[in-house]
Amino acid sequence: MASPGEAATDDSHVGKNKKPPARYWQELPEEGEDENKDEKGGEKPLPQKDQQTQKAKKRKQPEDQRDGKNFVSGKSDPFPGPAPIPKERVQKFKRKDKAKKPRHQHFKLRDMMKRSDEASEMSQKQAARFDLLLPEDAGFLEGDEDEDTCTISQEDIAEAVDITSGAKYFNLKLSQFGPYRVDYSKTGRHLLLGGRRGHVACIDWQSKHLMCEINVMESVNDVKWLHSEAMYAVAQKKWLYIYDSNGIELHCIRKFNDVLRMQFLPYHFLLATASATSFLQYLDVSVGKEVAAFCTKTGRLDVMCQNPHNAIIHLGHPNGTVTLWSPNQKEALVKMLCHQGGVRSVTVDKTGMYMVTSGLDKKLKVYDIRAFKPLKSYFLPAGASCLSLSQRGLLSAATGDVVQVYRDVWSAPVTKPYMAHRVRGSVWGLHFCPFEDVLGVGHGDGFTSMLVPGAGEPNFDGLDANPYRSAKQRQEWEVKALLEKIQPELISLDPTELGYVDRATFEQRHRDRVQALGYDPLAKEKFVPKYKKKGRSSAGAVERRKKQVAHEDQRDEIRKTVEDKMKMEKEIKERAQKKAALSNQKSALDRFKK
Amino acid sequence: MKVKVLSRNPDDYVRETKLDIQRVPRNYDPSLHPFEVSREYTRALNATKLERVFAKPFLASLDGHRDGVNCMAKHTKSLSTLLSGSCDGEVKMWNLTKHDCVRTLQAHEGFVRGIVVRYCGTSFFTVGDDKTIKQWKMEAPGYGEAEEPLNTILGKTVFTGLDHHQKEAVFATCGQQVDIWDEQRSSPIRSFTWGVDSFSSVRFNPVETELLASCASDRSIVLYDMRESAPLKKVIMTMRSNTLCWNPMEAYHFTCANEDYNLYTYDMRNLDRPFMVHMDHVSAVLDVDYSPTGKEFVSASFDKTIRIFQKDGGHSREVYHTKRMQHVICVKWSADNKYILSGSDEMNIRLWKANAAEKLGVLAPREKQAINYNQKLKEKFQHHPQIRRITHHRHLPKNIYHQTKELRIMKEARKRKERNVRKHSRPGTVPVVSEKEKHVVTVVK
Repeated sequence: MASPGEAATDDSHVGKNKKPPARYWQELPEEGEDENKDEKGGEKPLPQKDQQTQKAKKRKQPEDQRDGKNFVSGKSDPFPGPAPIPKERVQKFKRKDKAKKPRHQHFKLRDMMKRSDEASEMSQKQAARFDLLLPEDAGFLEGDEDEDTCTISQEDIAEAVDITSGAKYFNLKLSQFGPYRVDYSKTGRHLLLGGRRGHVACIDWQSKHLMCEINVMESVNDVKWLHSEAMYAVAQKKWLYIYDSNGIELHCIRKFNDVLRMQFLPYHFLLATASATSFLQYLDVSVGKEVAAFCTKTGRLDVMCQNPHNAIIHLGHPNGTVTLWSPNQKEALVKMLCHQGGVRSVTVDKTGMYMVTSGLDKKLKVYDIRAFKPLKSYFLPAGASCLSLSQRGLLSAATGDVVQVYRDVWSAPVTKPYMAHRVRGSVWGLHFCPFEDVLGVGHGDGFTSMLVPGAGEPNFDGLDANPYRSAKQRQEWEVKALLEKIQPELISLDPTELGYVDRATFEQRHRDRVQALGYDPLAKEKFVPKYKKKGRSSAGAVERRKKQVAHEDQRDEIRKTVEDKMKMEKEIKERAQKKAALSNQKSALDRFKK
Repeated sequence: MKVKVLSRNPDDYVRETKLDIQRVPRNYDPSLHPFEVSREYTRALNATKLERVFAKPFLASLDGHRDGVNCMAKHTKSLSTLLSGSCDGEVKMWNLTKHDCVRTLQAHEGFVRGIVVRYCGTSFFTVGDDKTIKQWKMEAPGYGEAEEPLNTILGKTVFTGLDHHQKEAVFATCGQQVDIWDEQRSSPIRSFTWGVDSFSSVRFNPVETELLASCASDRSIVLYDMRESAPLKKVIMTMRSNTLCWNPMEAYHFTCANEDYNLYTYDMRNLDRPFMVHMDHVSAVLDVDYSPTGKEFVSASFDKTIRIFQKDGGHSREVYHTKRMQHVICVKWSADNKYILSGSDEMNIRLWKANAAEKLGVLAPREKQAINYNQKLKEKFQHHPQIRRITHHRHLPKNIYHQTKELRIMKEARKRKERNVRKHSRPGTVPVVSEKEKHVVTVVK
């Protein structure tokens, strides 16, 4: 009985003037108190009456009284109704705007749309409710007053955090075969390193368990995990190779030569490769077939990234342009001139809204990739050679041997980095680890795993990418994922396009109508002047006659529109009069008014 | 310095013992699930393909009749019982779960024309070519007892159809006229004629139980109220209707099976034009029966197929045929909405699934959930061309396939001709007559 409502009534009985601040639930418990205590006194007739009616109707309508609020043993619920959900959270799960209501005659459609709207609203609310229950919170790093976060060293962070997180900061000294390219698997558990001089290693980096280590005895241009940690692709000097996690060569794909960069599209099972011979090729890794191959005719392609939102491939070129490619079109979908010098690196954020590029002109630019508009431009004195975006939107840029991490590059103008770290050699590969606050840096002297608090998505989805999945779960996921493989034909700039109604164009509909009717209802017969003798069909006369007819037609049209207008006005007037008459009729006493 | 780094305790994400089920933490954030629409589309496509793979509607064939099956009746109380009458006057009672015949009786000489179970389920009525109406007990006679009807009524003319009232001890027969009989009397309590010499079928309305409808040989459908002495009204069509069936959920609607290969659903308040024309059969439609939900009905045709139509769909959603099934004469939709029974010329009764791809038997909750999810997806993407093509594709016997094509060509030619006539005549002299209006000649009250 120690509810705040009761405390408030006690105060009033004692007679103190001071009242505790009003709470929104207080009003009702007081009423409940009234029922218990003021029954004999009869001071307040209203609640008593209320109670009487409640007693009388108790069986039939228990919820009828007191504004429909539930009562349990006389006490009111201090938190009536479902818990409120913050608006922004609901907004996060919004898929579409409310559909426009169809005209009244489509009552079936109306009903259907209403129901589907209701269902989507409910699911949106439920998802927002569920969001409260997510177990993990994102990481953060805050300096003391007048302490820049970028001055905090990795060692300090590793010391300050717990021991398992601290162990995530480590260096691998591999000076022999460097510089290294880096790739994390989709779940973030496995790390793939590819040294320029042929060293390839895959590591379960959290347990520091080496899965395999080989030297391919050839230069390695790029490495990439395929859909799971069982297979990876290595772009070697001449051909593209696929190895399994034990380091056994599965395929040598001779159709893909001189590959410089690769991207794997996980939902399409496509491996996109960019080669030194300016070819962009797509390999379907589920069936082992080349899906598309385009000659981009732009020279050596060594800058590449994918848009994770719509699976479009972005290529950067030495002339400063960035081109967007899908496997369905031989030409680039979009060509953007982004830099004055060559493009050094491109990256796109998870939501597919922003693209960040860096060029030889030492600029770092942020673009809105949906509107193709520049948003921000920064000048980096050393220029950025590698860029990478994390799941929560942190941007890492490598300038020489320094890795800088920036926060909020697209919303607010940034003056200084969020974090910075110097590595041993010049940086060659950067990759944020998914679902972890870790940035993997491959450089000339090996590999550095650095801690970047706030980089990773804290809550993963177990059915999509589960870092803790067992072998059995992985197998099941693989089957499901293969069944759900999206066909490459469905790649387009707008991935939701498939969900829209395909409105037949007016012309198509008109053509159908013409065919059904057998004539064109909208067609106008063209006036052909009759041939007249005695010189009356001279060119001038014919023209005059034509003009006359055209003039008549025009006059007809004007007359018709004027008539229509008059009619409309008349109707409106009549309606208004009727309305006025109706409103006048309201009272029988109105007739006595003057 | 304040710092927090993501650090998950694996114990929260991995099952404790091997006996537990795996933990699957979820996060429904849309940004973690890209390509939502394309993935759903792929799922829908897979579900559609699997549906076609699993579409095996034929369940069993009940053989035992020695002549073509002419009529069938569902038991009103027991799901597993079916009665059927054949062209040699034999009536058989079937146990559908065991797929066997439990009782045989020689009911009539000549055809059994109609058979109907009384609403209480304790007895049934048959009419035959021998001008008799017989009432039989539902239980088989004891050992040593002869198989004899409870009651026999000798009529003046041949009866062609029979139906029983839903709640009262009244039944209706048709022949040269429509008669209403009280079970206690040996002469009809009421007879309806309307200048017609023969009726082919009569049906009571299951909701408005006093109403009846019958199909007559003068191409008309006549509606009656049992409480009145004269028929209500009739609609005359271009061709004869064979049978009709009332919608068990919407009291006003009935569907008739017509000789012109079509079925027509009428609203009895407005007989000027049918509410819907159902086309697809390539020969006369012989029988029709509604599903208990009133949303679909099944039709049997002389073209050796059964088709299932939506009540408001112009074309069939399903067609069933086998190599051996001949002209289908009667068809019934089981009362649990799961099965279809068809009786055909070649002496067999066939049991089909009403939903061809449905999995029979008890479903696990996850199975049920998956089925519901797939159903919703299919519905969502049903208009996409690839999915529509797969859902609508049906294999047809060669002759039906060709006949369908031929009919389509003929129809198109007729349409084209009409169009040309319209084009070359004065505007307004050749009006556009819709398909619905085309088949109704007149309505008489």
